[in-house]
Amino acid sequence: MTADLWIIIIGILSASACGLIGVFLVLRQNAMLGDAISHSVLPGLVLGFIVTASRDVVPMLVGAGAMGLLTAFMTEVLFNTRRVYKDAALGIVFTFLFAIGVILVTLYSGQIDLDADCVLYGEIAYTPWDTVIYGGQNFGPRAFWILGGIMLADLLFILLFYKQLKVTSFDPALADSIGISAKKWHYLLVTMVSLTVVAAFESVGAILVVAMLIIPAATAHMVTHRLPILLVLSVIVGAACALGGFYAAEYFDASIAGFMAVVGGLIFGLTLFGKVLYHKFAPTERVEDDHAAATSVGSSE
Amino acid sequence: MDWWDLTVRFVSMADANVRYVLLGSLLLGAASGGLGTFAYLQRKSLIGDALAHAALPGVGLAFLLTGQKDFVLLLIGAAITAWIGAIAINLITRYSKLQQDAALGIVLTVLFGFGIVVLTHIQKSGSGSQAGLDKFLFGQASAMGPHDVTLLSIAAVIMLGIVALGFGKFKLVSFDPEYGRSLGLPVGIIQFVMTTMITLAVIIGLQAVGVVLMAAMLIAPAASARQWTDRMGLMVALASAFGVIAGIIGAYVSFLAPRLPTGPWMVVAVALIFLISILFAPQRGVLSRLRSHYQSRHKMTLEHILKVLFKYGQEKQRWGTFHPIGQIMQMWSFTASELRRGLRQLTREGMLSREGDMFCLTETGREEGARVLRRHRLWEVYLTRYLDLPHDHVHRDAEEIEHILTPELERRLEELLEHPTHDPHKQEIPYIGEERKS
Repeated sequence: MTADLWIIIIGILSASACGLIGVFLVLRQNAMLGDAISHSVLPGLVLGFIVTASRDVVPMLVGAGAMGLLTAFMTEVLFNTRRVYKDAALGIVFTFLFAIGVILVTLYSGQIDLDADCVLYGEIAYTPWDTVIYGGQNFGPRAFWILGGIMLADLLFILLFYKQLKVTSFDPALADSIGISAKKWHYLLVTMVSLTVVAAFESVGAILVVAMLIIPAATAHMVTHRLPILLVLSVIVGAACALGGFYAAEYFDASIAGFMAVVGGLIFGLTLFGKVLYHKFAPTERVEDDHAAATSVGSSE
Repeated sequence: MDWWDLTVRFVSMADANVRYVLLGSLLLGAASGGLGTFAYLQRKSLIGDALAHAALPGVGLAFLLTGQKDFVLLLIGAAITAWIGAIAINLITRYSKLQQDAALGIVLTVLFGFGIVVLTHIQKSGSGSQAGLDKFLFGQASAMGPHDVTLLSIAAVIMLGIVALGFGKFKLVSFDPEYGRSLGLPVGIIQFVMTTMITLAVIIGLQAVGVVLMAAMLIAPAASARQWTDRMGLMVALASAFGVIAGIIGAYVSFLAPRLPTGPWMVVAVALIFLISILFAPQRGVLSRLRSHYQSRHKMTLEHILKVLFKYGQEKQRWGTFHPIGQIMQMWSFTASELRRGLRQLTREGMLSREGDMFCLTETGREEGARVLRRHRLWEVYLTRYLDLPHDHVHRDAEEIEHILTPELERRLEELLEHPTHDPHKQEIPYIGEERKS
């Protein structure tokens, strides 16, 4: 297989993994949690490097998962004092953890092969050459296996716990009343987001991960409020970003990850424009219908 | 040079460089802290994060178009794209029905992605080194020269001036835009000015703190200041002061170890200020709330001791018995330590008299115990008579209210119930001394 094809496949895999799990973040009005976690996992990664002195996947996932949970937990603790708004609590927690991470990187940069830039932009264009070789045989890019694995894990997580995720996302109060703990599923989701973020961003870069967590899901959410359609649409938009981003980057000779976000922005913008036009010329009761659906979803949080 | 010499040099500000860096960081802290207050109160804390990221393509484009790495030009470029980002956030939330968090996330990632596209394009096209541009990612205050600082000072002074002049209107619109609209204020324009100012504060902060951490400099000083005061003017002043302190700490660390970026240390400093505020602030602080919780628990223990001793005396019709601690302990679910503390305090206040490890109600203690029991039983009467609750359902509620009813409420309750003599369980409602009205 050619390098270009590998890049496209890896791009689609990371966009789908993020797009699937991102749907639940957007539904819970917690989209910025993805951004926050993608920053706050940094100290976890650095500590993983320092402790094991290697770039193995497992300690990294453990460190990152722990930091993701810590972010969500600290935010919750601060918010539960009722002394600070939730978004402010999240902002303070993740910037603090990220600052610690950057300080650790600069302190240990002599000892470990790691700099903040590389963690932030992990470059998808280089992934085809970092291959898995086992028993003398080449099994393809490492990123392909990591991202494929995490995509399958996300998909399994959603299929297995579809009911719980759905009810806790749309109506946490109802969930609690029928014995599904909204809190437990919040933390489980946070864990999955952390794992996805870190698995993806080590190979394809943080910006791509955050963009693909938010943009496809938000675009799909403008079009439908039905969960199955939302999930499928989100993956389709993510795949479109990966394809469009790759060719645009090739044409303009610039970052693929950056262009995936830009293409996502264009798709979102066009969808929004179409939606505004549609509502302008659509019969009024349809508009109200949609509005009622939107507010009932909005008020469920 | 060792640590102490460096500190002396920093504090004495003998180096011109130190003066610039210090003044720069200080102004950034003041501007972002002060303006962050408005973002915080409008629950738009994370807007700083989005706008800071949105500034990146502006930096790259300014370099691409002019071919110069002039600090001011880059900042102007940054301001333009960040400001476009701010408008986009408003448009998306207005037209898409998506929540604000999604709008922020989209603007952040799309514009930052575009910024990376521009930077990588510059890098690959080889039109000169883009080194220095990525300083904006993590910030490096020590790179500031006299020219930059002068400009920053002017910008910061103008911004704080506008905040001072328009303070009343900003405040009104931050708290209650609907009310502002009803007064005929141009709310849209005022919000637009505020957003623009917040954008400028973000841009000014970029040089020291960098794109990724700028959010903290807007949020944390404001969230900290909120713990110390309920007044908005004071909050803005305090937030600015916290920003300044963080700026000084960041500049100091960066001076000690020039290799370390300024931004992360400023953020760590500001996070510590927040932690101290949320723990130790009077009234709102977590510790002061724990203390008042503990105090009210203690007061309840005192009242329970008096009540159970009084009840014992009333039932046995025998006063002046000295009870050993163990016996009192069994009359109520006290823990040993709180009981001991309570007994000590009541003895000190003259409600109990003490002989060795035995305690007896004094005359005032008896009156006080009667008062607690009276409030309890009056409330039971009230609940059965006016809310038609069955007799066996009113006790638990009365357990709580006996600690809360004020003498004034108690008097009015008595009048309303026409001075009852017995509670629903046919137990006597105790009146003692001059308080007996019947």
